[in-house]
Formats: sequence, structure tokens, C-alpha cells
Amino acid sequence: MSTMQPVLEVHGIGKAYRYYGGEWRRVLSWFGLPVKPREERWTLQNISFAIQPGEAIGIVGRNGAGKSTLLKIITGTLKPSRGRINPHGRIAAILELGMGFHPELTGRQNVYQAAGLMGHSREQIDDVINDIEAFAEIGKYFDQPVRTYSSGMQMRVAFAVASAYRPEILIVDEALSVGDAYFQHKSFDRIREFQRQGSTLLIVSHDRSAIQAICDRAILLEKGQIIKVGEPEEVMDFYNALVADKENSKIDQIKREDGKVQTISGTGEASIEEIALYNAKGEPVEFIGVGEPIELRAKVRVFADLETLVFGYGIKDRLGQIMYGTNTWHTKQVIEHPHAGDTYAFTISFPANLGVGDYSVQTALVDRDTHLTANYEWMDLALIFNVVNINKSQFVGCLWSDPVIQIEKLT
Amino acid sequence: MKGMLLATWHYRHFILSSIKNEIATRFARSRLGGAWMILHPLAQVAIYALILSAVLAAKLPGIDNRYAYAIYLMAGMLSWSLFAEVFARCLTVFIDNANLIKKMAFPRIALPLIVTGSALINNLLLFTAILVVFSLLGHFPTLTILWLPLLLLVTLSLAIGMGLSLGIINVFIRDIGQVTPILLQFWFWLTPIVYTSGMLPQNHRELSLLNPVTGIVMGYQSILVYGQSPSLTILLYPTLLAIGSLILALFLYRRASEDMADML
Repeated sequence: MSTMQPVLEVHGIGKAYRYYGGEWRRVLSWFGLPVKPREERWTLQNISFAIQPGEAIGIVGRNGAGKSTLLKIITGTLKPSRGRINPHGRIAAILELGMGFHPELTGRQNVYQAAGLMGHSREQIDDVINDIEAFAEIGKYFDQPVRTYSSGMQMRVAFAVASAYRPEILIVDEALSVGDAYFQHKSFDRIREFQRQGSTLLIVSHDRSAIQAICDRAILLEKGQIIKVGEPEEVMDFYNALVADKENSKIDQIKREDGKVQTISGTGEASIEEIALYNAKGEPVEFIGVGEPIELRAKVRVFADLETLVFGYGIKDRLGQIMYGTNTWHTKQVIEHPHAGDTYAFTISFPANLGVGDYSVQTALVDRDTHLTANYEWMDLALIFNVVNINKSQFVGCLWSDPVIQIEKLT
Repeated sequence: MKGMLLATWHYRHFILSSIKNEIATRFARSRLGGAWMILHPLAQVAIYALILSAVLAAKLPGIDNRYAYAIYLMAGMLSWSLFAEVFARCLTVFIDNANLIKKMAFPRIALPLIVTGSALINNLLLFTAILVVFSLLGHFPTLTILWLPLLLLVTLSLAIGMGLSLGIINVFIRDIGQVTPILLQFWFWLTPIVYTSGMLPQNHRELSLLNPVTGIVMGYQSILVYGQSPSLTILLYPTLLAIGSLILALFLYRRASEDMADML
């Protein structure tokens, strides 16, 4: 990988919005007059990264962190105030679908317009027009004015054009909705197909499962700067902690012996001192049989007088997708007014109705149903366990759903 | 500059089909469709020819046709309408296409070319209508109309150069877009279109040549009304100003392009 030439290099990108306190002053500054901007607001600073061919990169960050600005600079609609971009290959963006569709023109005419706007020649469009028509699946509407389309049909045509040619770099806004569930699947299949054929993906999303399922790496933006790059799970855990970041709060990431990174964040007003899994005999275990009854035991110490204390946990698979999670707010077991120095033991019993594989447990000590109002301690990868199939019939999937199969011979 | 020309060539199909679509969508869902393209300018010209000649049957020196004034007026209008349309559309071309500019990456030069192309086609149709009406009035142009493409080029360059220069500033200072149409009205009356420059007092006559459109309009009039070649000395000043304004527009665009998408 490292010897290959990067398909996209971003060198020290910065973007400043300059305010001149009067637009005539801005105009004068173009003519070289010494007019200094009254204020410079940097929405992006020092952004550098390189992407290898075929990689899938997730860009995450809060609203206003600079994700859209960065993407617009990469696609070329905005110019950076500093730094430069070296793309090696065509960049296509599936961000603003249906831009520039004219309601009075037919779908076909709009396809020629839109593909022309993307820089394709008439011959190139002639080559793919039938594929576009077939992919959009809107039948005879393709030759009728776009004003007669439903919004879903417009989306279909727009996506079909935007993805008609395989680009070297494809930028996708994951939150993008492309019509009904059927077409949504169809369009993501096409995106994955591009990736298999070697296209690099750049995905913007808030959805951790999408980022973790598709991406090889993730980049976390905060206040216009890259604050973390790495494995999607590690970055998403950090992002999750960041969302709850308040004053007096800290975020730690500790490398575990197995190479995974544990993220602990929070104000520290309550903390988990011990956490472990136990089997039915009360022995601590790491390997668990499918369907075996187990207990998650956690010892929590309180360091300050609090209004409420809620314990939450979630079991995640190796991709970081949550299999199951709840908290004592939802089970109506909130601890009211705990005092500094109190300790509590939480014991959660449940059957390990999980598929074979590695799982991790995340824990949360919070004040109510989310960790956004007060986050005393949030720990990702608090512990890791393995589910093995000891005494069940062979099955696939991430869930043990004990079946009863009846077969009758009818003739 | 070279990049701009290459991009234009690369996007030629897009530019041409955009011009075509712009015209097609203007008449979409109308019964007569494309026929309106001819009917509009024809009606405009017919109004001048019939009403103005009947009411203001003023004689022009050097031409003995009872429709002389109408013919003079049409020649001037042909020139002015091209200048005014291209100028006014270039003034707002960036604001009108703000969404596209903010969200798609494509050579921006395509936008003024599209509005210019569509204005040019309108003007050619007006020219056709004028030729038809001229022949009905018994006035036939001479071979001097071969000078028209040159005049057309000067008109377009001046209109694009000035329109885009103001259009770029208009992105940042929107008052430009409000005040310019008013100034355009004054400008029309400062140009010898409804009157002849011969009607002006001597000192005003020279002053009116400071207006670059005067020379162009006078060129059209000498070709279409008098059948004479245009005066190249009078055209020199508009040509230089046209080149200068194009350079200014290019310079302003280079300087403003970083901020432009931010401000739209």
C-alpha cells in the first residue's frame, strides 16, 4: 500500500472567510491597495492527508466542524485560502443530487445537461445513456418533463447520472436519501461495486455503523482541524466521547494489550472500579458458549454528590455495531442522590444469545437516558469476550435465535 | 487564459445544448412554440414601422423613404438591444446561477458564454425580422452589411467586458445590480437611437462620442440606413474600450474567484 501513489493528496489546506467591514474595501483590496480584512475566520486549518487507491475514508465531525467546506474544496467548488489539493483522477461527488435539473426538460435532456456539466462530451454521454435509463427504472417517464416527476423519481435519475461513470474518487454524503428502500440498496450496491473496482470512497456521515461497516480509516474534524485519524472504531469512540465533551471533562484513549484502543471520557464524578463477566457457576470468564446464562458485574464508586446516577451498557460486535444496549433509566432503576464515597454493585444477568465471534462491552455512567447532559464516565471496550459454539447446532449470524423446525412429508 | 479556452472547448457541447435548452424552455408548453421566437421581434419591429412612421413621419437628411425614421430607429434598436441584453444578463449571471456555482465544479466561463449565445440568437432573429420589414418598406440593405459581424464582435466584447466586471462586483455589492438597470435607461437616451447625432449641438456631438455605444450604433445606422461603410475612426474608441473592459473583467474574476462562491 505505502509504495503506491496516493490518489488524493491534501496539503495544508486552510480556508478563511474574510470580513472587510464594507465590501468596497474588499474590492479595493483586489487592486492591491493595502486594505487589511477587519476579521478573518478560519473554518479549516492545516488539513493534510493522503488517500491510497481503493481506500474508503470516513469523515466525521459535529455540525460546523468544517466537513462540508472540506468536501467542497476537494470537489473544487470552493477554493482554499491556503494549501493545495493533488487529485490523481476524476472526482465525482454524490452530494447535491438533481442540481440544475430543469423542470420543463425531459429526464433524458436533463441527463445530457447534468452529465455535460460534469464535463462529459456528447459521445461519452451517448455511450451510457441507455445504462442510465435502465438504472433509474422510471419507465416512460424518462422522456417526459421533470416537472411531472415525484421527488423520488428525480432522485433516481440524478443518482443514475452522478454514478454513470466510475470515478477514481467518489465523495458520498451518507445521509443522502435516494428514494425508496429498494433504490437505496441499489445505489449503495453500486457504490460498493465502484469500491471493489478500485475507486476511493470519501464518506461523510454521523452514522457510526455505516462508517465502521464501509471505511478503512476515519478522519475526525473538530473546529476546522483534524483531531484524530485512525481505525474507524477508535475514531468513532473518540467522536462519541467528544459529543459529550463538557468542561472539566477529559478523554483518554488507552492501547490495550490486544492492540485495540480503549476510550474513556467523562467528568469523573463516578467511575467503574471493576467490571467482569461471570458464568452461571460464578467464575469470571472470557469464553462463553452460545446461549449460556451469564452475568455482567460492575463496581461503581461515586466521587461527588450527584442528583441521579444511571448505569448503561452495550454489547458491540467486532465491527462496533451494537447488538444490545440499555440503561437503568429505561429499566426505571435510577439511583437518586448518591453521595461522594458511595459504591454500588450492578449485576446484569442475561443469556448470551449471540452468534460466534468477538464482542466488547461499553459502559456509561450518566445522569439520565443519554450521555449528552452529564457524562460521568463513558468507557468503550471496557471488556472483551468471545462467544463460541459449544453445544448448539451450526448457524450463522450475530444472533442465537433458537429455532424449532418442523418438516412434514405431504405427498 | 489558455486553460479557459481549453475548458470552453471541452464544454462546447454543454454550452451549445444549454443555449438550445434555454430557448426551448422559454417557449415550453406554448401552442406556437418556436414560432414565438420570430413573432416577438417581428411585432416589436412592426410597431415601430407602422405607428412611428405614421405619427412621426419625420424626414431624415440623405434618405428619401417615407419610412425613413422607422428604418433609422430599427437600425439603432438592433444594435442597442444586443448590447443591453448581454450587458444586463452578464450583470446578474453569477447571482442567477448561485446554486450551481456553490455546488458544482465546472468552468465558470461557460455561464457568460451561454447567456451571450442566447442573446445572440435573439438578436439574429430580430435582424431577420428587420430585414423582412425593410424589404416590405422598399428599403434594401447593400453589401455593406458584411461589416456587421465586426460591429457585432465589438458590441459583444464591450457588453461582456463591462457586464461581467460589474457582475463580479455585484456578487459582493448587490446595489450594483439595482442601480445599473436605471443607468442603462439613461444610457439609452444618451445614445443617438431615437434622435440623430446631427440633431445635437456641435459641442454635445463630440461629448456624445465619449459614450462607446454611440460609435457602434452609428456604425449600424450607416450600414443599414445609408448603405455606407462604418467610420473606422469612430469605432476605434469603442474597440479599445471593449478590449480594456474584457481585460478588467478577467482581472477582477481572478481576484474575486476565491471569495465568490463564499459570498453567493
